[in-house]
Amino acid sequence: MSTINTTINGKSEAIQDVDPSTPLLWVLRDHLGLVGTKYGCGIAQCGACTVHIDGSPVRSCSTPVSAAQGKSVTTIEGLAVNVGALTAVQQAWVEHDVPQCGYCQAGQIMSATALLKANPNPSDADIDAAMSGNFCRCGTYPRIRAAIHSAAKAQRGEKA
Amino acid sequence: MSQTVAKTVSYSDPIIDQILQQADAQWAASMKVNRRSFLKLAGIAGSGLTLAFSFGPAAFADGEDAQMPQFNAYVRVSPEGKIYIYATNPEIGQGVKTSMPMIVAEELDAAWEDVVVEQSPIGSQYGRQFAGGSLSIPMNWDALRHAGAAARAMLVAAAAKQWNVPADSLRTENSKVFNQLGDSLSYGDLAEVAARQPAPAADSLRLKDRSEYRLLGKRITGVDNEEIVTGQPLFGIDTRLPGMVYATYTKCPAFGGKAVSANLDEVKRLPGVKDAFILEGNGNLTELASGVAIIANSTWAAFQAQKKLKVEWDKSEASTDSWTEIVKTAAELAKKDGDEVVENKGDVDGAFQNAAKTVESYYSYQFASHAPLEPQNCTAHYKNGMLEVWAPSQTPQGAIGSVAKVTGLSADKIKLNQTRIGGGFGRRLLNDYVCEVAAIAQKVDAPVKLQWTREMDMQHDFYRPAGFHSLKGAVDQSGKLSGWQNHLITFTNNGRPVSGGSLSKDEFPALNLENYKLTQTNLPLGTPCYAWRAPGANAFAWVMQSFIHELATAAGRDHREFLLEVMGEPRWFAEGNPRSLNTGRAIDVIKLATEKAGWGKQLPAGRGMGLAFHFSHAGHVAEVAEVSVDANKKLTVHKVTVATDVGPVVNLSGAENQAEGGIVDGLSTMMALEITMENGEVQQSNYHNYRPLRIKNAPVVETHFIQSEYSPTGMGEPVLPPLAPAVCNAIYAATGHRVKTLPLSKEGFTI
Ligand code: FES
Ligand code: FES
Repeated sequence: MSTINTTINGKSEAIQDVDPSTPLLWVLRDHLGLVGTKYGCGIAQCGACTVHIDGSPVRSCSTPVSAAQGKSVTTIEGLAVNVGALTAVQQAWVEHDVPQCGYCQAGQIMSATALLKANPNPSDADIDAAMSGNFCRCGTYPRIRAAIHSAAKAQRGEKA
Repeated sequence: MSQTVAKTVSYSDPIIDQILQQADAQWAASMKVNRRSFLKLAGIAGSGLTLAFSFGPAAFADGEDAQMPQFNAYVRVSPEGKIYIYATNPEIGQGVKTSMPMIVAEELDAAWEDVVVEQSPIGSQYGRQFAGGSLSIPMNWDALRHAGAAARAMLVAAAAKQWNVPADSLRTENSKVFNQLGDSLSYGDLAEVAARQPAPAADSLRLKDRSEYRLLGKRITGVDNEEIVTGQPLFGIDTRLPGMVYATYTKCPAFGGKAVSANLDEVKRLPGVKDAFILEGNGNLTELASGVAIIANSTWAAFQAQKKLKVEWDKSEASTDSWTEIVKTAAELAKKDGDEVVENKGDVDGAFQNAAKTVESYYSYQFASHAPLEPQNCTAHYKNGMLEVWAPSQTPQGAIGSVAKVTGLSADKIKLNQTRIGGGFGRRLLNDYVCEVAAIAQKVDAPVKLQWTREMDMQHDFYRPAGFHSLKGAVDQSGKLSGWQNHLITFTNNGRPVSGGSLSKDEFPALNLENYKLTQTNLPLGTPCYAWRAPGANAFAWVMQSFIHELATAAGRDHREFLLEVMGEPRWFAEGNPRSLNTGRAIDVIKLATEKAGWGKQLPAGRGMGLAFHFSHAGHVAEVAEVSVDANKKLTVHKVTVATDVGPVVNLSGAENQAEGGIVDGLSTMMALEITMENGEVQQSNYHNYRPLRIKNAPVVETHFIQSEYSPTGMGEPVLPPLAPAVCNAIYAATGHRVKTLPLSKEGFTI
């Protein structure tokens, strides 16, 4: 088995002893101990496993770890640059009290973060499109929408 | 490679841990404590004021534990001014880890910023620990209020001593005691002296009047939010232990089949696989069904090996259920009354003979899966005759009992750590996955995490039972509902009626009507069923409230007016029983929901409003849905107005979140979620063929609370049931089409 050289949350990792076809999700969770990224379906339906590869959201359950070779992976644990700090999206999630069980929220936040990077002022329709791959069994959708709008405002430097 | 250590529940307060251990030892020596008494725990020098409270009959166990006091609240005020409050019930997303401590903090007059919430360990001394039936708040409301008030009284007594003034001349606010000169002492400064005060008697405490609340009823954000949004390991699935191995457990696709043999040698040679073996099970699907365990060095290796596993099943006692057959059988049975007469009062036949209009209707709804987003999992370590378990369970104390049964260990050899739960909805009231990992752990020389695939989770659930109702209703000359009969066709598992399948004889509208008849037929079912969010109510509300609308329409009357007339005079059918319908509260929420939604206003063609009311889990809830339906039967739910009376609202943010979630869950389930089975096997397997609602379909939800003087109840369940009938009644208003089969996809609707 080959070594996969990748950067995870800003740190270089040489991943060994793993079949390159193993989904990135399980390498993150079982091998690297980054369990913030969640397993929900394993078939790219629920979005609980969403991470960024070079800034774009991917479903890590359906992405082989080999796809991270030479790339930069960001997970929920590495979203805020400084440990202990929250990004505008995370902050909005706390303030809007979005989580119920909380299980889907890492994936939701990763998708929302990618959306706001591409589109700093999304409409409701933009949110629907970008967030359609993330399922929330608890039904926190109204708050997810509100939190994205206020994170967008905060990022643009407006008052939420 | 880095290793994270499992962080299940954090006890950042070692003092309480230490005191609890001492107290455990004391209680084991079996001291007798009077009912409704408080116990002040022996403090540790320098630790401040620590109190454990037992309150009310619920604080005492039945049977052999009857002499053991159980405590449903803990508080510690540290000399540094931190106030530690233990949350004793499992957090499944219903918000109790925030709302229960809020109740203590309110009576204590603690500043919320000073409060640190801890999840308590699992044990009989913590009272009844479970999350179900929307009961966490009602069962603990009195105990938690008294806990806060008692701690406050001791702090006030300490201040009175210090200032040498009468206690009743002092007031408290924001973790401080104030005297009449405006001087203040902080709780932290008073904690040590307070610890030396006698614990007050329960009846000497004055609880706050609701008008004095500063915290309750406000929007308080969840205490775990920051950990959730930064991906901290909180959930069962996040448990990691040094040297841990990973397991899958494969059960017969037809419920109740037994593993006879399997290609174990072949499987053991697969990459990463450490072992594979058959477990015979104990024949009880809620505990340990027969199956094949695979142990591997990673979750993925275990999943891959599971795909290669070939098992020979003995299906001689397995389920042979067929949904197609069930539907046919039910339609036949529906033509006559059921064998079992549940209720027959007044003169139903007479009501039909004298009716101005009669309506007959046949309603049916589907089986549904809980499908929580965190698939079932559990971690266990068996070492030196002791079993330690990390479980995302809604009934952790029940889990210990089941595990003892399955493993043959006595309960004192089992330690259970409660984790956060990625969605309950009733699924995790049962502990099959806990039993499975316990039995596996006994055969594995390392900590082991059992992980179900999503497919396992969907195909080995305990489902919301389907049901069929053959209804007949009568409206008299004056346009009033005068007679009602229903033949309900439901199921039994192993000869016993399934949970959430039967209508009680008092179920609405039985008590509201003079002439009412309910008969029932039970079909034997091999597919296991169990409580699913708002059991029974989640389907019955749709049938009853749709049919009332049908009757109102037949009578040519406004639905709201007709429904209010069915409620009749304000009265409480079983005075004092919060689980009994109070028509006065029903009328109030129906009026409020319709008023806020603009009932009766002109809507464009293709758009309609629908109303429904349902009482369940002690909550009175009315909802108005506004929908439109296009020519291709594409449904849009624009807005749902909710009016609810659940007594005083504890945490407004949590309550609104539950209301929104209940609406989304209700819409999701009525729209397209359906579990079917053939040859005893469930045919849906994952979210591609069991497709929950996405964000774009989530309606705007507007929630209004009537904060009545009755005791509070939980918000996790009662908002869901009225949603389906409100939407279907709105579809009728928009299109003239009466929905009689759920999910809506069966009748050609899309969203
Ligand atoms: S786990 Fe990857 S999309 Fe569901
Ligand atoms: S908060 Fe529970 S699945 Fe989204």
